[in-house]
Amino acid sequence: MKRKPIILQILQNDKGGKIVLGVLAVVVLYTAFANLVLPQDSLFYISTYTVTLLGKYLAFALLALALDLVWGYIGILSLGHGAFFALGGYAMGMYLMRQIGDRGVYGNPDLPDFMVFMNLKELPWFWYGFDNPIFTLIMIMLIPGILAFVFGYLAFRSRVTGVYLSIITQAMTYALMLAFFRNDMGFGGNNGLTDFKDILGFDLSADSTRIALLIISFLALFAGYLIARFIMNSRLGRVCIAIRDAESRTRFIGYKVEQYKLFIFIVSAAMAGVAGALYVPQVGIINPNVFSPLFSIELVIWVAIGGRGTLYGAIVGAFIVNYASTYFTSALPEVWLYALGGLFVVVTLFLPKGVVGLLSKLNLKKDKGELQNVTA
Amino acid sequence: MKYNLLKIVFLNLFFFTSLFANFEQDVEELKTNSLKAKQEVVEQLVQKYSEDERTNLLLTKMKDGDLYYKKDSGEFVILEKKEGSTYFTKSFFDNKELKPQNRRDFKKVKTNNKLRSIIKSNLAQMNLFSKDVKKRLLSAKNILKNLDKEDKELISKALTKEKNSDVKEILEEANTILIAKYGTAKEQLDAVKKLGDHLSNQTIITLKEIINNKNSSKELVKSANSSLNSIQTIRSYYSVVEKAFFGLSLGSVLLLAAIGLAITFGVMKVINMAHGEMMMIGAYTTYTLQQVMPSLIEYSILIAIPVAFIVSGLVGIIIERLVIRHLYGRPLETLLATFGISLILQQLVRTIYSPLNQEVKTPSWMSGTWEINSALSLTYNRLYIIVFAILVFIGILLVLNKTSLGLKVRAVTQNRQMAQAMGIKTSFIDAMTFGIGSGIAGIAGVALSQLTNVGPNLGQAYIVDSFMVVVFGGVGNLWGTLIGAITLGEINKFIEPVAGAVLAKVLILVFIILFIQKRPRGLFPQKGRDAQD
Repeated sequence: MKRKPIILQILQNDKGGKIVLGVLAVVVLYTAFANLVLPQDSLFYISTYTVTLLGKYLAFALLALALDLVWGYIGILSLGHGAFFALGGYAMGMYLMRQIGDRGVYGNPDLPDFMVFMNLKELPWFWYGFDNPIFTLIMIMLIPGILAFVFGYLAFRSRVTGVYLSIITQAMTYALMLAFFRNDMGFGGNNGLTDFKDILGFDLSADSTRIALLIISFLALFAGYLIARFIMNSRLGRVCIAIRDAESRTRFIGYKVEQYKLFIFIVSAAMAGVAGALYVPQVGIINPNVFSPLFSIELVIWVAIGGRGTLYGAIVGAFIVNYASTYFTSALPEVWLYALGGLFVVVTLFLPKGVVGLLSKLNLKKDKGELQNVTA
Repeated sequence: MKYNLLKIVFLNLFFFTSLFANFEQDVEELKTNSLKAKQEVVEQLVQKYSEDERTNLLLTKMKDGDLYYKKDSGEFVILEKKEGSTYFTKSFFDNKELKPQNRRDFKKVKTNNKLRSIIKSNLAQMNLFSKDVKKRLLSAKNILKNLDKEDKELISKALTKEKNSDVKEILEEANTILIAKYGTAKEQLDAVKKLGDHLSNQTIITLKEIINNKNSSKELVKSANSSLNSIQTIRSYYSVVEKAFFGLSLGSVLLLAAIGLAITFGVMKVINMAHGEMMMIGAYTTYTLQQVMPSLIEYSILIAIPVAFIVSGLVGIIIERLVIRHLYGRPLETLLATFGISLILQQLVRTIYSPLNQEVKTPSWMSGTWEINSALSLTYNRLYIIVFAILVFIGILLVLNKTSLGLKVRAVTQNRQMAQAMGIKTSFIDAMTFGIGSGIAGIAGVALSQLTNVGPNLGQAYIVDSFMVVVFGGVGNLWGTLIGAITLGEINKFIEPVAGAVLAKVLILVFIILFIQKRPRGLFPQKGRDAQD
């Protein structure tokens, strides 16, 4: 009861956020109920497949939220956020891999299957500690955070901005992809990490575990949203927006622009890492494709479609595009790339403020919130 | 290409058949069981038909035990491959694939060791004294590769007759090796010294043999060691040259890929993520041309260059008019929109051509290698690509610096409003600039089609690299692009053997990220008022 007022305080004047999170909460709770309680032949029963799908969307929504934090509020168009997501995912994947124990195909209690296959005799040093869930949890946020720190420090210090920054973030994720595709990296090469059995002792294929992961994903998204909103409501957030809109002016006033950028970049990277860690147990695999530049660019379009610089817009965008992707790739697989490509073009040409911007434009003109601040 | 070549050979065969009407009859006599009679036939064939391609083929196949004849029709066939007792054969006289048949339907033209060695020396002799220099060169190389004590006489005989310096050099090397191995002590010492001037593997093996031989005198070993050292120094020098050449050819590919990007990105401030797909379109244009005009494979590349320029250029202009025109001044938006276009183009190609890779044929004048010496040989396709990249670069420099279009482009780049006020149709110039950038990407695609398979992902493989080149070289500067491309190409090829291809790429990306620390705007930054942002 003590925390509730703080949450409401943070969400004050945030109608969109309240609606989006409220709807999601209802959907998640109903899904949990319908999947676990209702009989399978009931009209309202929700399949485990749908539960997993919803969980995956929630992880993607958190990733989109993380990107909106840097792109929408401080003007860094990162084309490498997939890298942070993937690193968090790999950290979680390593933990899940260690949980398999001797139940792998080769039955080796000390080494994951792919290492036995590759004739490794000893666990590589960077795998130590990943049988501990607490250590893993720290690493999920720390590893992407460190990468963001090193990369951001170098990039922001030398004032790489705009397009150049976008291109080198893309190069970063591309380089990581090439590295992770190598078999001798110790991360399973192109097959990645898979065949997970259980998490914290719970069977990963059980419905109850799936529902628990779904609810945890929602809570993580919720917490991520509150943190992001809290930051942006604070003074710090206003400096960020100032940097986004007029970087050199903000610098001349005396703010240390690089430090603000670095801080937001690191927070965002850690958030993306958590998203990746939630994605992996639900999807059951992590492989180097997540590092591909295509994925990172695709997630930019989630944010753009939802509405950049609104936070809840990013969530909406992630859901719309991923739902469309799921639908089209099974119904009309050839059409999907046309549709995705078309979305990129149409949104940039006609919907500079995304779906959320379109809705609020249709809705009223009185609600001139922060949307108006968003410009290219 | 191979098919075409066979056709030419076949036509020639036809011509020869009319001249030497009894070749076929003479060959018939091989069906005898007497090995002695066969030996006579072989010698007769070599004497009478040494200039006939078929003699060579027939004897080679006979030596390898792949020559058969059909029991029913008596037709001579060549065994291509066998699966169990099923034989896949080719008719010897009309070069036609035959239906697979059981081995029992064939009879082998049997040989023994003696006959095989006779055939071998006859073949060598026949080729070594052929009128065709290429044949002599090939034969000399073969002799060097499988050097025998018995070849000595043949080699000395050939050496007295040989006029061509390349063939002579190889024969001399072979001769020296033989002396070094089997000559008298003094001759050996002399020969070992001389071997220091030769570079082939055979020489190295011989020298090592002499060094490791317990019977070699101390003096001989010492001399062999110094010869070996000098050979290895020269060879390591050539291997650096070779790596530099590979680096240069990779750099040329990067230059071709990046130069169009440098124009659209540097001049127009448009991040064209669909640039790779313009290359893909150029490559597919080449493929389509070869499908449409199968008889002109030899010239298809030359035809493809202008066609690909026009096709990719037109696609570029359409994209500019439809989409990019609305997004000037918003670079991040152009990035997203052109990325969408690239996805659409990739899918379009998949729909039209299938998602599989297609093979573009290489004209014969572009294949093969240029052997400078036995330690250094350069492939022609890479050589042509280097030349081609230089020509394209010079062409662009000329267009930008010497034509009125170039002048207008530069004017718009430097000050859009002022140019407009002077009466330049800026939107026309924008479209043309984008078209030229895209057209050059199309040309790059033609070149790429000679190096890799043509597929829907062709562009993706080069886009990150090309951006690296542009960012490294400095945006909007053609010379920067040139130096950037060559530097990255060279670095890549020199790191690759040490660190592996993937790690080399990773290291280059790290290098560029660190380089940007020192020079955020690349090697040659743009100067002036417009340069900021």
